[in-house]
Amino acid sequence: MPDIEAIASELAVELKKYQADYLEAHLEEGQTSHIAYRGKELDSIGRSTAVGGNVRALVKGGWGFTSFNNLEGLSDRIAQAVEQARSASSGKSSLFPMKPVTDNIPAGVDVNPVTIPLSEKKQQLDEYKEIIWRTPQIQTSTINYSDSRRKVIYLNSAGSHIVQERADVSLLILAIAAKDGEVQQAFLSIGSRGDFNAVRNLHDKVETKARHAVEALAAPQAKGGEYTVVVDPMLAGVFAHEAFGHLSESDFVYENERLREIMKLGKQFGGKHLNIVDSAALPGYRGSYKYDDEGTPSAKNYLIKEGKLVGRLHSRETAMKMNEPLTGNARAINYRYPPIVRMTNTYIESGEVSFEDMIADIKEGIYAKDCFGGTTAMEMFTFSAEEAYMIRDGKIAETLRPVVLTGNVFNTLANIDAIGNDLYIHDGAGGCGKGEQMPLPVSTGGPHIRIQKCLIGGS
Amino acid sequence: MEQILSLAKKAAEEAEVFEISSEETRVRFEANKLKQLQTRQQTTVALRIIKNGKTGYATSTEIGDGTGLVNAAVETAEFGTTAAFQLPGPTEYPSVNIYDDAVNSVSAREMVALGEEMITALTGHTPELICEGSVGRSVINVSIINSRGGQAAYRKSFFGLDIEGSLIEDTDILFVADSQNSCHPLAETSTVTTEVLRQLDLAKKRATVPSKSMPVVFTPNGIASGLLLPLMSAFNGKTVLEGASPIGNKQGKLVFDKKFNLHDDPTLVYRPGSRPCDDEGVSSRRTPLAENGVIVEFLYDLQTGALAGKQSTGNGSRSRGGLPSPSATAFTIAPGDTAYDDIIKDIKEGLLIDFLMGASQGNVLGGDFSGNVLLGFKIENGEVVGRVKDTMVSGNIYRALKDITAIGSQARWVGSSLLTPPIYLPSIAVASKG
Ligand SMILES: [Zn+2]
Repeated sequence: MPDIEAIASELAVELKKYQADYLEAHLEEGQTSHIAYRGKELDSIGRSTAVGGNVRALVKGGWGFTSFNNLEGLSDRIAQAVEQARSASSGKSSLFPMKPVTDNIPAGVDVNPVTIPLSEKKQQLDEYKEIIWRTPQIQTSTINYSDSRRKVIYLNSAGSHIVQERADVSLLILAIAAKDGEVQQAFLSIGSRGDFNAVRNLHDKVETKARHAVEALAAPQAKGGEYTVVVDPMLAGVFAHEAFGHLSESDFVYENERLREIMKLGKQFGGKHLNIVDSAALPGYRGSYKYDDEGTPSAKNYLIKEGKLVGRLHSRETAMKMNEPLTGNARAINYRYPPIVRMTNTYIESGEVSFEDMIADIKEGIYAKDCFGGTTAMEMFTFSAEEAYMIRDGKIAETLRPVVLTGNVFNTLANIDAIGNDLYIHDGAGGCGKGEQMPLPVSTGGPHIRIQKCLIGGS
Repeated sequence: MEQILSLAKKAAEEAEVFEISSEETRVRFEANKLKQLQTRQQTTVALRIIKNGKTGYATSTEIGDGTGLVNAAVETAEFGTTAAFQLPGPTEYPSVNIYDDAVNSVSAREMVALGEEMITALTGHTPELICEGSVGRSVINVSIINSRGGQAAYRKSFFGLDIEGSLIEDTDILFVADSQNSCHPLAETSTVTTEVLRQLDLAKKRATVPSKSMPVVFTPNGIASGLLLPLMSAFNGKTVLEGASPIGNKQGKLVFDKKFNLHDDPTLVYRPGSRPCDDEGVSSRRTPLAENGVIVEFLYDLQTGALAGKQSTGNGSRSRGGLPSPSATAFTIAPGDTAYDDIIKDIKEGLLIDFLMGASQGNVLGGDFSGNVLLGFKIENGEVVGRVKDTMVSGNIYRALKDITAIGSQARWVGSSLLTPPIYLPSIAVASKG
């Protein structure tokens, strides 16, 4: 393994030799291990190591970017990035000014999860697998465990030199039940900022999930149409991230006048009870960090405060172009990609309504929990709840097949008429995808929320 | 590579070294303007060993670190799966042309010009359209050697055009997009822009559909976004082996409409999904999956095939040096005999779907598709009358494709993984806010 700290010291000197408005470099080394089961059988177990880096240059508004995992001849790489930036240039560069920073942030975990023997990890997963397969009518299951530790060095032409280490643990368990040609699935997604203990002692949760998949087999499908829908903290978090958060990523907005109009700061999007936050500064979650990949310190950023749009997420370029404060949201999944505007830990803040009060006056509605995933296309969102129940006369009633919720985010924010008092922020496995960069570690959360007139797909 | 192999042979009964390296150049446009030029160089080497009958596996970005790789592979082999397969020995591979040196001589300036040409064509039609796009070219080198004397190496070129546009009016945002790729340089941007202009023209007017079951036409892009994933999962030998595929026990049975013919084809010349052999060194071949609606075969790699008592179909694929797993290369759905215009003319009230959002989030294994119609149009009295909004469709591919009214007579590539004509289905559940 090459010594990236030594290479970084040389590279820092080189970066100052070139003519560019801004130059940065990342050097990265890391290890991962993974264990995957499909069905009863171990599907794959392995270890990997990776080293690589990139150079990004800004010249007169144009960007050049080159990534590599051959760490020789780095001055040629810098020259290449500068040349590319020059070819892409068309005007004037705009980059929020920042003082150089020198810092060194350790991973902050007692035990590097990658170094835990594979036998110990496998033992834990075997127990979960046994639980799933004990459940009657379970057809099959998949288990994907992975961990990583990586060190990233950020350098720029202004003299910043930041070393950050992080570790991640990710576990995704999927249980699939089948009967008479019908198939239903349930999953458990747990992640952690490097603490292997987060994936220990999940036996009860695994059992509950497996049973739910079986239960859904016999459940009826919701009749499609508009309902009063109550979503749990997991689904509320996905909503905050997918439906709204992606619209707050200012790279979508900054060169687009009409979208700027829609996302004008100060616009009222919801009731006074609605607050949505993105904060990498909140410690200990998968979306947490001290500096983003442009060396900007992280912060707690309100996107919506008392129902009003008050902020959005920025890189140094978008903050400058939109004349808004820096938020520290430029992130890349690894050295192969340039930093772009991304979310971190995104959540809806707690309100005052208890869950009981929230459902008490619903005559016929749907309670949707957890999420298979979600996607957005600007104002339209679609997400798949993993568990769904009818609400009848103020009580949780029969189990339904998983439902798909869809709608317009602005209408939906306005239609949130109750916010629970039970905020929970979840670290899941995997992460967020944007463009070609996936998965980026994030966390999402919220309390229970109630949405009026929410469209549910169905038969 | 030879050095890693000989080190590994000392530590294990069998060994295989897989190396993939790529160089990519791309120009990217944002908000109708050139934004970034980028290059990417990457090499990954993967070692798979069989020790005491079990599979061990490790990867690295450093080809020099043979000892580290062998040690990691040996550690994992202790817990590895029992290897049911044999690595292929020396093999005669089919010749599949996938390399065109001309890709290398396309300059960054020419790539910028192609991107600008696409944007000019679209903004010339709709000045308010905000486009993002990219033009990219790359060369990929793959080599495999193993302890049974198996040896394969090939080089593939790639060239791609991507464009997407958004048009915003109040809180309504229209999305249009298309992409095309090839192993040849693409000099014509009109294949892409003509498609996007069609979408823009159709979207000029608005329409609403009632909530009920109605005839639905999926365009090639609509099939890729709505129906492809459940199909790929159902024909995957691994899903079948686990008993999770709804068609796993239906080989030889009529499951789909008689008009439905589906193949996986990695032998089509100059297509980015093609290759002379898979990532385990097994020869590529065209595999029939469904013929006249009857299930013919499933897709296997070496290990899955061996466990299922079948031959590998040459579908062992590695994502960036990962362990091989069965995976489709390029799905081709055979054209039918009905012209697209005649399909539309046949419909009194129905829906034309160009893009379904979120369809792959539901119960994909069970064949369910359910999603928001991100780009779709109402068909009324034989004409496409306008774009629909706030509309969802849901169904199940096994019920939906059992009865196909017609298949279009012209197929089109969607990315590198699907070649299909439009498909006309008689009745799909539609829910709409109207
Ligand atoms: Zn996301």
